[in-house]
Amino acid sequence: MPEGSGVESALWDDWHVVAEIAELTRLGRIATQLLGFSLVVELDNRSVIPSVDLESGGVAPAKVKYGYVWVCLGTPNRDIVDFPECADRDRWIVNAGSFGVAVSGLRAVENFLDMSHLAFVHAGYLGEEPHTEVPKYKVATLPDGGIVATDCKFYQPLASPVATEGFDVDYVYRIVRPYTIMLHKANPIDPSRSDMIALFVQPVSEERCVVHMLLAYLKDELTEAAVRQFAQMIFNQDKPILENQLPKRLPLNPRAEVPIRADAASAAYRRWLHEGDIRYGAIPHDLGV
Amino acid sequence: MIKLYDFELSGNCYKLRLLMGILGVPFERIAIDFYPGREHKSPWFLKINPLGQLPVIDDHGFILRDAQAILVYLACAYDPSGLWYPRDDARMLGRIAMWLGCADSITATASAARLHDSLFYDFDIDKCRAGAHALFRVLDEHLWFAEQEGNDWLCSSKHPTIADIACFPYVMLSEEGGVSRLPYPAVRRWTDRVKRIPGFMVMPGIFGASPAASE
Repeated sequence: MPEGSGVESALWDDWHVVAEIAELTRLGRIATQLLGFSLVVELDNRSVIPSVDLESGGVAPAKVKYGYVWVCLGTPNRDIVDFPECADRDRWIVNAGSFGVAVSGLRAVENFLDMSHLAFVHAGYLGEEPHTEVPKYKVATLPDGGIVATDCKFYQPLASPVATEGFDVDYVYRIVRPYTIMLHKANPIDPSRSDMIALFVQPVSEERCVVHMLLAYLKDELTEAAVRQFAQMIFNQDKPILENQLPKRLPLNPRAEVPIRADAASAAYRRWLHEGDIRYGAIPHDLGV
Repeated sequence: MIKLYDFELSGNCYKLRLLMGILGVPFERIAIDFYPGREHKSPWFLKINPLGQLPVIDDHGFILRDAQAILVYLACAYDPSGLWYPRDDARMLGRIAMWLGCADSITATASAARLHDSLFYDFDIDKCRAGAHALFRVLDEHLWFAEQEGNDWLCSSKHPTIADIACFPYVMLSEEGGVSRLPYPAVRRWTDRVKRIPGFMVMPGIFGASPAASE
């Protein structure tokens, strides 16, 4: 842990999205917060690499990837997460926007992982009554650390902007960093291929985050705008639910919030955060229930 | 068919979808990439609305901007009952105009707070929230007295008007800007009544009334 920051190295020494490059290009300068620290991202006219000034007076390394500006407040201990889909030429690679949410980013990741809310919060799109049961799925640990949930199936009346009828959609979730989750869902036109949605969650503070969405959708008959609008609509259905979760930080003690079978992935996520001693945005075990 | 230049997450666009849905008026949505694309500030859209704002409607070549103005137009043109905008009742029209003005003030405060928190607009957040609370207090008191007299709606009538539709969305989305509605019980009862108007529809951030409660 770096001296004085109080934030665990797994987060402090990793890359986080802090801005969208298109927005930064338009504004020239964006002031934001990461892990409780204020910073300013600026774009020099002659450079595509933004400079990041910290309130402490220092500077931080920055990179541009997948349409976003990534910053590391400490010493980078690994690369930015790799998304091979983004190299596919038959996909739209869409930055669907960045939304401020008044809740811990860990709650946002967990909500994205949850299938049992789909039929209620996203009724008519990602689920509908009476198809509310989440069939049993598999949860495992990823070789490089993280959680993967496979064999997830859920009936969705309008799974994507190109869907014309309801079907059982195959999902694979991967949590690759404490604040990064990706979902592969079967494409409605070619079920052998997947559309990809990634959430890069920027921990602004322990109880506030910015959700940056990256989508890699097969172009099909879609437009980029349609992909973006669909994602924004779905995410903003979740937002009020997220902001009403209490406590705003994610409790890691398994007795704090009682899980059911459908929460197996969420339980594994919380356990993995606990084992990795991720505390920022969480209520750790040792702080009680 | 009426064309609506629309953004899914806009409360001002939603209120037009809501009224047209309730009145059963078919319309075509033309989605504008408001965020992050800022298409409402693009040269082609500025030709349609030089103010660069949503919503705008195009009713067979008749183009109108401003959510409140469009509500007036839609009710006059498409509500045969005349109840949503009673054209012959001077007092009702006065009251409706007053609450349409209030709807704009709610946009300038509660909606601005939401844009600040959610989409990072550079507004004075404390001022936005204080302004919203001041309006909600007035709204709550007004609705409480209306209820005492047996009136469910903003304009002291037995039937809702476009004033209810105009004020509803950004009241309902206020928590996204950190403005709680807990201190305003009469406002919460009124928003529940709006949700039970036949033909009511939702938008992201606004859920329907629970089926159990309506039985």
